[in-house]
Amino acid sequence: MKMNVTYDLNITCKTLLREQLDKLDIPHCIHSTGEVEFKRTPTHEEMEQLSLNLERYGIQILMDQKIDLVQRIKNTIDEMLQDDVVRLYKVSSYLADQLNYSYAYLSNLFSETTYTSIENFIILRKVDYAKELMANTDLTLTEIAYRLNYSSVAHLSNQFKKTTGLTPTKFQTIVRKRKENRLQQPI
Amino acid sequence: MKINPPQVNSKILNIALADDDEDDRLFFQEAIEEIAVRTKLSLFQNGKELMDYLNLPNVILPNLIFLDLNMPIKNGMQCLKEIRNNPLLNPISIAIYSTSSSEKDIEETFVNGANIYLNKPSNFSKLRESIEKVLQINWQYHTSNLNKDNFLLRL
Repeated sequence: MKMNVTYDLNITCKTLLREQLDKLDIPHCIHSTGEVEFKRTPTHEEMEQLSLNLERYGIQILMDQKIDLVQRIKNTIDEMLQDDVVRLYKVSSYLADQLNYSYAYLSNLFSETTYTSIENFIILRKVDYAKELMANTDLTLTEIAYRLNYSSVAHLSNQFKKTTGLTPTKFQTIVRKRKENRLQQPI
Repeated sequence: MKINPPQVNSKILNIALADDDEDDRLFFQEAIEEIAVRTKLSLFQNGKELMDYLNLPNVILPNLIFLDLNMPIKNGMQCLKEIRNNPLLNPISIAIYSTSSSEKDIEETFVNGANIYLNKPSNFSKLRESIEKVLQINWQYHTSNLNKDNFLLRL
């Protein structure tokens, strides 16, 4: 027997964090951008335990300020792409507003640490989101283009081809064949 | 135990290349050394050498493997299938690095779990450019929550 599931990583991670923090009785408030505010300062032992517990889920506590900020830029971008209203804002001013740094600073820091620019990262993220929708939903390309705020299907297709080297149709063929392959294999 | 900041070491991409052509290995090594992304490269002369290495106990797995398709003893396609059928090797990204540009070959490698298909470029500067692009994108998959299942790139 097989079952398909779909999940929201954002909710998964927040729930995990909350459960782990509650388990250690650390009063807290989880902010949207992967930021946790403690209501009291946790002891060293508690932090160590928390770090160990979270490691099992691939969640890492960020200590380095710069890496931390880059991660918050990425988190904010993810949120932007998933929020129907926020998506329409200008990225540069939204990031600057949310994170309280000038966009020039954020942009330099990002390029310095990630080998790519914020603009390119957003494209990669959007295309990744488009792939997700193509692979796991019945949405048409037109609907996907609309949902991801592309001006047209052609715009989405061009950006998709430029980023992945494949046309959306080719991508869908590969994903479909992979699934068929997997179904043929003995469990 | 202390909580350490992420190690500088974890910021190096471990790369493996399996290719039976000595010149191709040499060019690849020179090209990758000129790229800004920090890497550590391991070279293998055929698919069997590579697979023996990956199956060693306590081995540090590469983040990314470049696989030539035509190799003696064990070819790239066999390696690809073995790697994708082994859950322990699942996190590795696989780039097929081949002279073949047949659409059929390309589709077949993707369907069997390759992430990247890179045609062996005709000159050195193109090679460097292509490897750089592969590393940059792979880096994003390595450090961001992009869905690796859908990581497909054709260059």
